[in-house]
Amino acid sequence: MQVNEYKPLIVAFCCNWCSYAGADLAGNNRLNYPADVKIIRVPCSCRVNPAFVLRAYQRGADGVLICGCHPGDCHYTTGNYYTRRRMALLFSMLSYLGIEKERTRVEWISAAEGAKFAATMNEFVKTVTDLGKNRRLEDLRCKK
Amino acid sequence: MQKISRFDIINRLKDLLADGNVDRVLGWKKGEFRYDVTPHVFTSAQELEADFVWGDFCGANFSKYLIKETAKSDKKVAVLLKPCDTYSFNQLLTEHRFDREKVYAVGVACDGMADIFKIKKITGDGISDIKENGEDLDVYTIYDEKPVKIKKTDVLSERCLSCKSKKHAAYDELLGGDGDVLDSNRFDEVAKIEAMTEEERYAFWQGELSRCIRCNACRDVCPACTCEKCVFDNPNSGMENKSPANEFEEKLFHIIRAFHVAGRCTDCGECSRVCPQRIPLHLLNRKFIKDINAFYGEYQAGEVVGSRAPLVDFDKEDVEPKNAVGKEDK
Repeated sequence: MQVNEYKPLIVAFCCNWCSYAGADLAGNNRLNYPADVKIIRVPCSCRVNPAFVLRAYQRGADGVLICGCHPGDCHYTTGNYYTRRRMALLFSMLSYLGIEKERTRVEWISAAEGAKFAATMNEFVKTVTDLGKNRRLEDLRCKK
Repeated sequence: MQKISRFDIINRLKDLLADGNVDRVLGWKKGEFRYDVTPHVFTSAQELEADFVWGDFCGANFSKYLIKETAKSDKKVAVLLKPCDTYSFNQLLTEHRFDREKVYAVGVACDGMADIFKIKKITGDGISDIKENGEDLDVYTIYDEKPVKIKKTDVLSERCLSCKSKKHAAYDELLGGDGDVLDSNRFDEVAKIEAMTEEERYAFWQGELSRCIRCNACRDVCPACTCEKCVFDNPNSGMENKSPANEFEEKLFHIIRAFHVAGRCTDCGECSRVCPQRIPLHLLNRKFIKDINAFYGEYQAGEVVGSRAPLVDFDKEDVEPKNAVGKEDK
């Protein structure tokens, strides 16, 4: 018997120097997190253009997560400070247009925080699953 | 009724041309009708005499034209700037987009511009002529011999209703005197939308943005949008210029368009003026300005040449993105 259980598609942009290593540590420690999260490695969280977030939604993502180093710990000294300003404005704008604000999130996860990485992913997937499919920002032509 | 007359402006411009200080003038040229005024480069006194107009429909902001115009020759170009245009002028100087030495900026006092769409709503589309009559506009239509009298304050364009400044931020010379920075209520409309529920906001913007035809007029006119290569022209970006087939398409375009000028937008309101579909695009830009003011301190782009835009700056104690949403309501 087939059960049509809803599985969200989550895109996580992870900074090469911290969160990506944090994901590695989570794996090494055998910590579970849902396979619905698709990780995209970026050199720094400030590499994430606001258009990337929207493009992910266009291609059918139900949630987008941006993970970077803790403010002050950026490998390039200041990158994540810019991410913080940019994303604060972008999220505020998405909410202004009536897009559920829980769908997008920025998390600071260091390379040593494997447990936090797994916990964040578990919690975020649960939040997005509860929200359901992303219908307010999707492009039907981009779907298979 | 504008404070300074067309006659006075032409006389001064003729002097400038005769002195040889400048060899051309960026000004407003009359169109087919009284209300479709177009930007034009005037090169002679005769041309000015024949085609130059100044009145309640001279909305166009010439700052962006200076980028290409100053590159054309080594001679100075005179440009007419209303108070709101001077902010864009300064912002472009901040970004080193044109050479200040090649420009002679003539600030003209502005009394607010009329919105032809509002007039057409009252009189119908068949307007044959519009005459200024004191504080009123006499609108002649093809339906009646007698003109329709309309108070200018009733048909003032949206951006002029919440004018932020009558003071010129930059000029070499002023015509018609200078005003003050006004205490405008320009964020009231944004606050009204913020106060709606999520569903209402979604429905509101769905209704507005679904009218978008992706003509790109808002991008082309924007004095802050001056990239030579635009992401919306790149066929490999996945978001190139195509007709908005569904609701995502236009949202993506308008979010990114507004985001690309966030922190640099001077709130001149040109985007809404040129929109053929009457989408209140300035409300998107104002949302960013309001947020920037709330999160990172009051900032008016173009007020001072060389000021640092908020998005290329940071503070260690900045607000966290998760706390940013909804914070502006308080």
